[in-house]
Amino acid sequence: MIAALISAAGLAEATYLTVISLTGETAVCGGSASCFEVLGSKYAKIFGIPVAGLGAIAYFSAFTCATFAAFGYRRARLLLALTIGAMFLVTLWLLFVQAFLLHAFCRYCLFSAAMIFLLAGIVISQPASD
Amino acid sequence: MKRYLPFLIVGVVAAVAIGGGAALYRAKRPRPLTIPKERIASSATESGGVHMLGPADAPVTLEEYGDFQCPPCGKLSEPINEIQHDYNRQVRLIFRNFPLVNHQYAREAAYAAEAAGLQDRFWQMHDLLYKEQAVWSNSTDARALFNAYAGYIGLNIERFKIDIDSDKVKERVAADQKQGVSLGVKNTPTIFVNNKEIDPKTLNPTELRATVDAAVKNTRPPS
Repeated sequence: MIAALISAAGLAEATYLTVISLTGETAVCGGSASCFEVLGSKYAKIFGIPVAGLGAIAYFSAFTCATFAAFGYRRARLLLALTIGAMFLVTLWLLFVQAFLLHAFCRYCLFSAAMIFLLAGIVISQPASD
Repeated sequence: MKRYLPFLIVGVVAAVAIGGGAALYRAKRPRPLTIPKERIASSATESGGVHMLGPADAPVTLEEYGDFQCPPCGKLSEPINEIQHDYNRQVRLIFRNFPLVNHQYAREAAYAAEAAGLQDRFWQMHDLLYKEQAVWSNSTDARALFNAYAGYIGLNIERFKIDIDSDKVKERVAADQKQGVSLGVKNTPTIFVNNKEIDPKTLNPTELRATVDAAVKNTRPPS
């Protein structure tokens, strides 16, 4: 259930970032300079789709799996582990981009990374056999 | 009932996420700003004049509310200068200060540009501040760099040091910012072409030039 709550928080944050990307706010200065550097960079979109939007889909998938897992659906646990695993790898890539390619960190992205690490910790500490 | 509960929870969360996102989008969707006729910039109507590059009677006006420490403003500075240069007789460029509070040295940089303006070197300082943005933005003593820039562009340094702290300069920056706020400016760069705001999503050199191209084509050449 905790995994579902964390995923819901991640979904809210990713939805917010998707909206500010679609409205063009990341193309101008108004917030933190580091966030502009990251969210306005070429790495923030894949084929014109905001990475935050893909993140929102991923968080929603994680939320769905976690909810069903909490209600005893066995396959949902496996799917949750796979989803979190994929999100974890993407997060590592995004942290690499911020640290070594952009030399700037966005606080929203760091918050999201922290939540995914938490989710990964929960999945690892609660194996499917429990 | 318990069997359907997870479906219900997931459905409710999906509806909240989509509905909340749509509401947020509607609230944040940029509405193009316009400069009312009575507030269109002219040297004659504003005390102290405006920082204008190009002929005062140019048919196309590109007016920028900028912050010297804002990275996108810096990236657009040179392309905007090129546009004005290429359309020398048809485009006039106006710059107004809009230093954002989250940029540590933005206000002081605006004062430096205005102090240079008092010695008729506003645009030289404007260009230099943008060109060197990464340097002074990350320095621990931006003021020392501004003084060095003043020397580099040939200002009387002693006068510059007095002017940068003067009420005249501070009032000038405050007036620019007040004007921007009254028009609805919130972010930088906010750019108007012939008094209509450019969509922030198209604020890149290619699309900005295309917008100016279209504006120039829509006007008759000055007789």
